[in-house]
Amino acid sequence: MHTATSPAFKENAHRALADAGLQKALARSGPSFIARRAAAAAALPEFEQLRDTARDIKNHTLANLDFYLEEYEAKLTAAGGKLHWCATADEARDAVLAICRAANARTVTKGKSMIGEEIAINDHLERNGITPVETDLGEYIIQLRHELPSHIIAPAFHLNLEDWESTFRKSHTDLPADRTFHERRDVLIEARTKLRERFLAADVGITGANFLIAETGSSVIVTNEGNGDLTQTLPRVHIVLASIEKMVPTIEDCTSLLRVLARSATGQDFSVYTTFSTGARRPGDLDGPDEYHVVLLDNGRSAMLGTEFQDMLRCIRCAACMNHCPVYGAVGGHAYGWVYPGPMGSVLTPSLIGVDQAGHLPNASTFCGKCESVCPVRIPLPGLMRHWREREFERHLTPGTMRQGLSFWAWFARRPSLYRLATRAAAWTLGRAGRKRGRFAKLPLASGWTSGRDMPAPEGETFFARYAKAQRAGRSV
Amino acid sequence: MTRETILTAVRRGLRRGPLPPDQAAMLRGRMATHPRQLIPARSQLPYPEQIDLFLRNVEKEFGTVARVPDPDSVPAAVADYLAVQNLPTSLVMAPHPELQAIPWSTRPLLTIREGRAEATDLVSVQHAFAGIAETGTLMLPSAPERPTTLNLLADTEIAILRASRLVGAYEDAWDLLRAERNGMPRNVMLVTGPSRSADIEQALELGAHGPRRLHVVLIEDRV
Repeated sequence: MHTATSPAFKENAHRALADAGLQKALARSGPSFIARRAAAAAALPEFEQLRDTARDIKNHTLANLDFYLEEYEAKLTAAGGKLHWCATADEARDAVLAICRAANARTVTKGKSMIGEEIAINDHLERNGITPVETDLGEYIIQLRHELPSHIIAPAFHLNLEDWESTFRKSHTDLPADRTFHERRDVLIEARTKLRERFLAADVGITGANFLIAETGSSVIVTNEGNGDLTQTLPRVHIVLASIEKMVPTIEDCTSLLRVLARSATGQDFSVYTTFSTGARRPGDLDGPDEYHVVLLDNGRSAMLGTEFQDMLRCIRCAACMNHCPVYGAVGGHAYGWVYPGPMGSVLTPSLIGVDQAGHLPNASTFCGKCESVCPVRIPLPGLMRHWREREFERHLTPGTMRQGLSFWAWFARRPSLYRLATRAAAWTLGRAGRKRGRFAKLPLASGWTSGRDMPAPEGETFFARYAKAQRAGRSV
Repeated sequence: MTRETILTAVRRGLRRGPLPPDQAAMLRGRMATHPRQLIPARSQLPYPEQIDLFLRNVEKEFGTVARVPDPDSVPAAVADYLAVQNLPTSLVMAPHPELQAIPWSTRPLLTIREGRAEATDLVSVQHAFAGIAETGTLMLPSAPERPTTLNLLADTEIAILRASRLVGAYEDAWDLLRAERNGMPRNVMLVTGPSRSADIEQALELGAHGPRRLHVVLIEDRV
């Protein structure tokens, strides 16, 4: 597994805020995703109802997940596919390597797979003498740059055109060093040409799966480039990496989810290539793989069932939450330190790698609620982040000063008249001290606030005092 | 066995053992009848509006469409398209009986090889199983007579679609497939426009890895 830098979220965030290139990329990319999702939702009158339908399908599936997993296995096997059950990332890595070795694979093309990142399959293959080649354009460049993806559907969200040019110049050494890139199209064409060779040479193709369908034993991928299809059609062997909560019961259920997926993710009504794969090539087929394997991974999902975090298993990985998150929009995905950034990463990561490692992430939220308001399957993300904060508090993972501060406040909050007395005294004192300027650039005990911003001075009375006065005088506040 | 470990862990989370037989039978019944959920009103238009919706959606997604009255008019439509786009006239074509029945010899300049596509092919001609008006989407199931590589390797894909195979919603296309086929084919591609990427600075560019042009020839064989 990639070593998570999530414990260093605060330092990562500081660095991200000071990174001019990253800030330029975030300023450009975030608003466009937001606008496009809004337009797509507005153009479909049934969109809100479809969100409810999507949530209900996922809830039903999770409540019967064992049943659907078994049905899926039966259908997949009947169609000539092979299912590999993997409880842990280790087992999944072993399964993939074994399949590649049996196929005498030298190079492996990859469609985008977050499960692949989660189990760090590329490193594992490389350590064992097999070359993985990312084919999604965004994944390709971050592979060249030895970076993690910074966004779950737009891996190169954090890059600007000059980064693409410099990385291509450095890596594609067989091309003339003095060639010019006039526009984005030139970069695209160079990538297309380079990757075409790799597609054709690959022995094995590995893709993720947006959905698994129990009715037919199928896996579904959703792309715009066509790289996932080239990855799964050209090589002799196709491996699907999927976690257990990707399951849906029927094609019709999958279709309902597809109606909200692309609209929530990129603002498209439907992605360019939505492909349903069921087993290997059939007798008479002129193309297609000879073998079809599904590596089905648990890795902490079953442990979320029956807990307060079960709702998180509804996630369909659209990225709407992070597109709309003000924190993600300020620091980007790498600050979160692991595979899944933004609000969904803040909820999922502690479940998968432990709240002791990932505890900062649910605290990196203002609870503005935008994520929940755009989630196509209505996951109550701020509520789940609050559960994590409660768990941290119970386990004494919260910093000592914060616990002390909370205890101090709680003592007063349990004694309402004392509370009101204390706040009136504080309001009066601060009001007097700050009357001239109207604000404080520095305040003792509040440097966490005042180091970056001014604290406005209270303007005299507390609300309760003013209310009580008004009541006595028989008028409104 | 890991299979049992995972299933047991799932059941532990759900606080129950395996589903009782009557509940399992009910869920199996639901899968067998695969009920539809909410279908947007836009996918349920009557025929003439449905064609307009399909055409608008194909063009919205950067595909192009040519309408012809009958299969005999297809060779001319294809030859004209290639000429206007300045594309070569060697084509690789799906070995589908409906395409084979088209009188290609009326345009002798078109050289046609039947079969799957290779990396050197520039133009492919594919048989569309169905068209879905809801988003201007083509359903392209794999088959010996409909190879998948025709959708992926050529620079330009030309899809021949009969208007009688145009449906409103995805669900209608899936029902057509279920009726005409026993079991899923290896692969069903739902294609909406040419390949593209917005990975570079979130700006849209066509022709990422798949075809950079998608042209639909619509045979209006329906009244």
